[in-house]
Amino acid sequence: MAFAVVAIAVQRNLFAVVILSGIYSFLMATVLVALDAVDVAMTEASVGAGISTVLLLGALYLCGGEEAKPMWRVGLPLLLAVVTGGVLVYGTLGLPAFSDPEAPIHQHVAKRYIEEGERETGVPNIVTAVLASYRGYDTLGETMVVFTAGVGVIALLRRRRRPRGEGK
Amino acid sequence: MRHYLVLRVIAKLLIPFMMVFALYVQFHGDYGPGGGFQAGVIAAASVVLYAIIFGLPTTRKVIPDWLVETMLAAGVLLYATVGLVGILLGGNYLDYFVLGTPPAHGQERGIFWVEMGVGITVFGVMLKIFYMFAGRGREADTE
Repeated sequence: MAFAVVAIAVQRNLFAVVILSGIYSFLMATVLVALDAVDVAMTEASVGAGISTVLLLGALYLCGGEEAKPMWRVGLPLLLAVVTGGVLVYGTLGLPAFSDPEAPIHQHVAKRYIEEGERETGVPNIVTAVLASYRGYDTLGETMVVFTAGVGVIALLRRRRRPRGEGK
Repeated sequence: MRHYLVLRVIAKLLIPFMMVFALYVQFHGDYGPGGGFQAGVIAAASVVLYAIIFGLPTTRKVIPDWLVETMLAAGVLLYATVGLVGILLGGNYLDYFVLGTPPAHGQERGIFWVEMGVGITVFGVMLKIFYMFAGRGREADTE
């Protein structure tokens, strides 16, 4: 994955970048499977590696495959990225250990979902139970977001093509 | 790409299985991994594969634009309607317990329809975005 990220950053050919990000998504999906988050892995594989790769290729077809040479120096953005990354890593030091059953997040409502979820909803898959039932409002909101994204794309792209040179 | 015999045959073989897998993910999401979102994306991916191999105009004949746009809105409406049905039957908004007896059965029913709504919307949106992107470079939209 680290190799894929470095290659994405260095590569100037956007076609290669799209393919590499697809590979990155597949690797990410395997990591998520290893973390026992099968639902998320499935989403990552189908959306990240599948649909978005196709959409990016479609966009590439429209705007050409070579990235322009950057006009700015890489020093400041690199410094900013390293500092932000460092702060985030420092922040993780304060988190409870991975899969620690005593972590605060497992003490709140998660316990109820796991212990009572199947009895209360009749659905063995906890992810589905939480998503559609306990967090029904959130999922409704998410569906609205997806809907809005679709409507936005329609609103932006559905128009007659303007003459060249006028801009988009 | 319809001149490549291998691609064409493989696509024809694969697409039905992808569709079936999407339906499986949709309806089996209660028991195994998956749900409406993943199912919608997988179904859309199978159509996208069809479009890549057989061309966009053919695909637009199979699944016309009005159908995609209707699905895009219908899913959200279905989801919201499930919530309203909960109110009409005397519960809160998105309260599934009142949808059936015993209450757990109502939960299953509510989750089923809600996931259905998510799946339909996601399928519509993914396909619509693909149509818009893929159709843009070719000809000016005639609408």
